[in-house]
Amino acid sequence: MSATSPTGAGADPSLRDPSLRDPSWRDWLLSDTPASRSQAAWGARYRLWCDFRANTLAMGGLIVIVLMVSAALIAPLVVPYDPAMQDLTNRLARPSALHWFGTDELGRDLFSRILMGGRVTLGMVVAVVVLVAPLGLAVGCIAGYYGGVADRVLMRVTDVFLAFPRLILALAFVAAIKPGITSAIFAIVLTAWPPYARLARAETLSLRNTDFIAAVRLTGASSARIVLRHIVPLCLGSLVVRVTLDMSSIILTAASLGFLGMGAQPPSPEWGAMIATARRFILDQWWVPTIPGIAIFLVSLAFNLLGDGLRDVLDPKQR
Amino acid sequence: MKRLKALAATAASVPITLFGLVLVTFLIGRVMPIDPVLAIVGDRAPADVVAAVRLELGLDEPLYVQFWIYLGKLAIGDLGRSVMTSHTVWEDIKRFFPATMELATVAILFASCIGVPLGVLAAVRQGTKVDHTIRVVCLAGHSLPIFVLALLSLLVFYATLHWAPGPGRQDIMFDEQVPAVTNFLTVDALLARDWDVLRDAVAHLIQPAAVLAYFAMAFIARMTRAFMLDALAGEYVITARAKGLSAARVIWKHAFGNIAVRLITIMALTYAGLLEGAVVTETVFSWPGLGQYLTVSLLNADMNAVLGATLVVGVTYLAFNMLADLLYKLLDPRVS
Repeated sequence: MSATSPTGAGADPSLRDPSLRDPSWRDWLLSDTPASRSQAAWGARYRLWCDFRANTLAMGGLIVIVLMVSAALIAPLVVPYDPAMQDLTNRLARPSALHWFGTDELGRDLFSRILMGGRVTLGMVVAVVVLVAPLGLAVGCIAGYYGGVADRVLMRVTDVFLAFPRLILALAFVAAIKPGITSAIFAIVLTAWPPYARLARAETLSLRNTDFIAAVRLTGASSARIVLRHIVPLCLGSLVVRVTLDMSSIILTAASLGFLGMGAQPPSPEWGAMIATARRFILDQWWVPTIPGIAIFLVSLAFNLLGDGLRDVLDPKQR
Repeated sequence: MKRLKALAATAASVPITLFGLVLVTFLIGRVMPIDPVLAIVGDRAPADVVAAVRLELGLDEPLYVQFWIYLGKLAIGDLGRSVMTSHTVWEDIKRFFPATMELATVAILFASCIGVPLGVLAAVRQGTKVDHTIRVVCLAGHSLPIFVLALLSLLVFYATLHWAPGPGRQDIMFDEQVPAVTNFLTVDALLARDWDVLRDAVAHLIQPAAVLAYFAMAFIARMTRAFMLDALAGEYVITARAKGLSAARVIWKHAFGNIAVRLITIMALTYAGLLEGAVVTETVFSWPGLGQYLTVSLLNADMNAVLGATLVVGVTYLAFNMLADLLYKLLDPRVS
């Protein structure tokens, strides 16, 4: 890619021609002759960002996610009502200036509950990703790097877990422990790691016999060092793409578990559980179950758009 | 010869995966906090009855012996008795599973008939408004929770427009009017030549099947588009075009012909995936299939039923995956 690629040149010719204006941080980033490793690294990152920025849909997804994350972070400070506060004289109210999204069957403010529910959903997603990515990475890298028996055993185990439909294994697992957010997180982790393991294994296999790994091995590096310092970092790119694309399916699984009564339990303002309790009002007060549905849809669509955009930038061969 | 070897390798991996499947289900059943003995005899039973039942179930044995007993029972199709329906789980599954398969089959037919042409269209018109619209429609299918779409479709088509007959598998007045031969209600109605029952069954089937089909369609269209783009960029397509063949012939015969096998694989995989969507769809539409059986059993802590249903779904899922694999290896001459 050339150094002057899609960086949105303005009408002013001086902006287009670097020689006509003062050197800036952008020239430093886009320099063809970086003076240091960090300059080259940051330049590469900046170019990726420029590519990504050109993708309107992906940017839209990113903006929605940034908004949602910040809303979730500051939710306790900004919610207009206590999400658990009941007002039985004002049940199932229509959306109004007082209650932006209306109220539910116990007169609780839906807007406040949606905001607080964002925290639950986001918390579950973060917990799942924090657990699942390292687990899949570890299994895949070990299987791919060591090969032989380890590979065969680990991949068989992976196949067994892939052989269950995700939601159904998660349901059975949650039922075996105890319905709730923590079990839902573990159940999703249990069902979500196999694709990561396969991905990491494939990447490791393609790296294992490269010259630079052979060179590292010749310098006397231990297997652990090779895997941790040289193979894992190179798997991260495709892993990040996979995680982002997987986010929406994690959100949907968590919501489905909540909807089926096996995830977050009422009165927790989890979106899926909210729809489950409100579904009997679908015919008359349709907004009560629909608004959490829209929330789930928006967030998961945003993650899908972001994931697509990231894949195009980071992993063009998978396009 | 090579192909036979590849098939044998696939076939050999099945028993191991199947064994793992059974082991996982067994372990889930054993870690659960509900005492299976109390679930049978109730919590007021005298201590000696509890002890006797515990002995009878083999729960005093070590775990590996219990697993062996479990395997032995599985081999003769004994999945235990459901506390909730008081039938054996196997009988329940025979009754409920065809309803799920009926739903999934109609859904996959809808999804393929719409998804494949949409995917081809998007690929042929790559980068145009048509392509973008199809892409957004498909992305929505990947992002919308299936129960939300199901609820909204009930609101619109059942409650507001009165087009659909609503939840359930048939109208109560037709209940048990045709003899259950296959337990596929539409097929049974056809066999009995009872057209009213057939019309009613089809009317009830369309809405949940369409909801389910949307999600399958999104995936199929997306994959078709990707495969088709790949194929259209091939040199043989350029050659075919240079020879002056019509656009339709190039697209459908040359390009599509090359991706058809991969698409069949994708359809088999999607079919398997529909089992999962069916759990949620059936709950919303009160469809008396395996999914609803599973969720109701879950809420009643009826563990034999849960594990039996999970195992059956797992085995079916595995079978479809294997089928996809086999089809690919059998039909595609490029696989060596």
